[in-house]
Amino acid sequence: MRRAAVLGTGQTQHQTRRTDVSMAGLCREAIDRALADAGVDWPQIDAVVLGKAPDLFEGVMMPELFLADALGAAGRPLLRVHTAGSVGGATGVVATTLVRAGVHQRVLAVAFEKQSESNAMWALSIQPPFTAPIGAGAGGYFAPHVRAYIRRSNAPEHVGAMVAVKDRRNGALNPNAHLRQPEITLDSVQASPMLWDPIRYDETCPSSDGACAMVIGDQAAAEASERPVAWIRATAMRTEPTYFAGKDHVNPRAGAEAAQALWQAAGITDPLAEVDVAEIYVPFSWFEPMWLENLGFAEAGHGWKLTESGETQIGGRLPVNPSGGVLCSNPIGASGMLRFAEAARQVMGRAGEHQVAGAKTALGHAYGGGSQFFSMWVVSDTAGR
Amino acid sequence: MDTASAPPLAAPLDIVFDYTRSLGPVLGRFMTGLRDRRVLGARTADGRVHVPPLEYDPATHAPVTELVPVPPTGTVTSWTWTDRPLDGQPLDRPFGWALIRLDGADTALLHAVEAGTRESMRTGMRVRIRWAAERSGHIRDIACFEPDPGPPRTPGDATSSDPDTSSGAGTGSDPDTSGELVTGIATPIRLSYTHTTSAEESRYLHALSEGRLLGQRCPACRKVYVPPRVCPADGVPTEEEVPIRDHGTVTTFCVVNVPFAGQRLDPPYVVAQVLLDGADIPIPHLILGEAGDVRMGMRVAAVWRPPTTWSTTPENIAHFRPTGEPDAPYESYQEHL
Repeated sequence: MRRAAVLGTGQTQHQTRRTDVSMAGLCREAIDRALADAGVDWPQIDAVVLGKAPDLFEGVMMPELFLADALGAAGRPLLRVHTAGSVGGATGVVATTLVRAGVHQRVLAVAFEKQSESNAMWALSIQPPFTAPIGAGAGGYFAPHVRAYIRRSNAPEHVGAMVAVKDRRNGALNPNAHLRQPEITLDSVQASPMLWDPIRYDETCPSSDGACAMVIGDQAAAEASERPVAWIRATAMRTEPTYFAGKDHVNPRAGAEAAQALWQAAGITDPLAEVDVAEIYVPFSWFEPMWLENLGFAEAGHGWKLTESGETQIGGRLPVNPSGGVLCSNPIGASGMLRFAEAARQVMGRAGEHQVAGAKTALGHAYGGGSQFFSMWVVSDTAGR
Repeated sequence: MDTASAPPLAAPLDIVFDYTRSLGPVLGRFMTGLRDRRVLGARTADGRVHVPPLEYDPATHAPVTELVPVPPTGTVTSWTWTDRPLDGQPLDRPFGWALIRLDGADTALLHAVEAGTRESMRTGMRVRIRWAAERSGHIRDIACFEPDPGPPRTPGDATSSDPDTSSGAGTGSDPDTSGELVTGIATPIRLSYTHTTSAEESRYLHALSEGRLLGQRCPACRKVYVPPRVCPADGVPTEEEVPIRDHGTVTTFCVVNVPFAGQRLDPPYVVAQVLLDGADIPIPHLILGEAGDVRMGMRVAAVWRPPTTWSTTPENIAHFRPTGEPDAPYESYQEHL
């Protein structure tokens, strides 16, 4: 198969309200930074792929229409990707596929969310007729599954709080992060209000405005780059129904199958030994140990032990979310691409203060819907096989 | 009623939200201009003037920085007519929808023309802006366009000369210096749907209106779905109807402590996944009574509202209550987590 690489990444200053910019301006902040990071200019871009979470989140149907100018789409193909919260990752995979298929040499991938223009909690709690009024947003959806994980794995109660402490402290190293809390402690997390029992306030992601962009190029483009690139060794996407009898909400089949396909395509047989850093979509703290198991970094029921022993901190065996992750910045549509881009930055050696020393191979991961859509990639500092 | 042959149940679903938009530097100045009865166009690198303004040059992709005033008069470049205006449109009486190129602009703006009759509309007709009496920095600050008897103006005549107002606004020469910059707008959105259930869901709801719970078995995997639906795993319609008891087991649950927009219950409350006896997929519902003591595996029973209030809704079951039976063993429901 043809090779592809991340030539450059860019992201916005993520925060609760970016009232200084329009949606177009938000996207361009990330795009301009990605182009500069990649050392390429508009004439070298062959196509644009846009990812955004459900349109009800901003109340703009098909924002790709009015954003076409800002995205530089005039005279180029423009595609829109929809896979709920995983869309940023799926957008990176679609852009990669266009390059690997030999269709384009350089593709600009963009994802954004301007949560301040709406209310995602409201949008996720729309109640159709003939149903009972019991929805409570994403937290209400996922909290029972977190409880089920704790029961199934017998994980100690403080593991979720440990994830929150780690990610928020990591976020303090990341100048783009929305929440930067170097002083956070296990006690302060455990003292924060219980929102969706068993999920506490400090264990939830914020609501952010933000965007992310990446330039993905073919082998010739990568070899022409004057700066290190992130070679894309493998990508994988899988889907399953939101609800079906026997669905495993704790360890979803689609996620496990995507991971299996990913490791196989990348030639990785022992992910924990061969991956140096992982950016995993963790919107609620307990999803770190859950996804460590789903991704095959740990046996089912044992993911929490990696977290509890400190192995997922920077400096541990598998640093998870050194950027602070979704727990620090959650522009929903962009959150998945931020995971992919942060993985790329690590192997490019351009992650700044949250750089994991010597990172050569990194995972970017995203999921969306009711643990329904999964997208992931593995990037390395060398082209590999 | 023979519910098997009745049409599927349907009901209105209205989704309403006041979205906000932050405008950024270009659209912010444009909206500020409208508030002050001035129209600003964006000049791109090729010299063209775009009204309404673009934020980015479509040829060079550079941010637009130069905004230039244009007159409130222009020419209809194309049009259509509406005899029956809809709610929310600029006028409540028949009007022309027109593409209008303002004098000095190179692109056309879509807006309403109050021409009286269809016969009065024509391509090439001269029109001018009728400003709204109250303006906030919104495209609706242009109430509509109306026929203009005067000659074409040059961009040098860019200030407003609406004879119906005399606020004095719009006479300044610098489009950036009058009043506070408009940075955001509200855009209330209302979507009105008719939500129609499937035939299977209708039968389930009709059974609920008689105080019965109904499941259906997938002919392929033999799993029992409550409510019935096309089996998501096998993609085939569920067929065989299975009566389901209104007792079940809490598989897992969440205590909702957080208030949010659109919430219909006062927190805190317990939302549980209840695996009804005989079903293979849990339903979410409320657990009341000993709320602090809700636990995985707890046995619960439906508490129905009075039969006189029953209708085709799952709300006929007010909530579930603990039965006091011994908890179900973990192994009996672990496959449903």
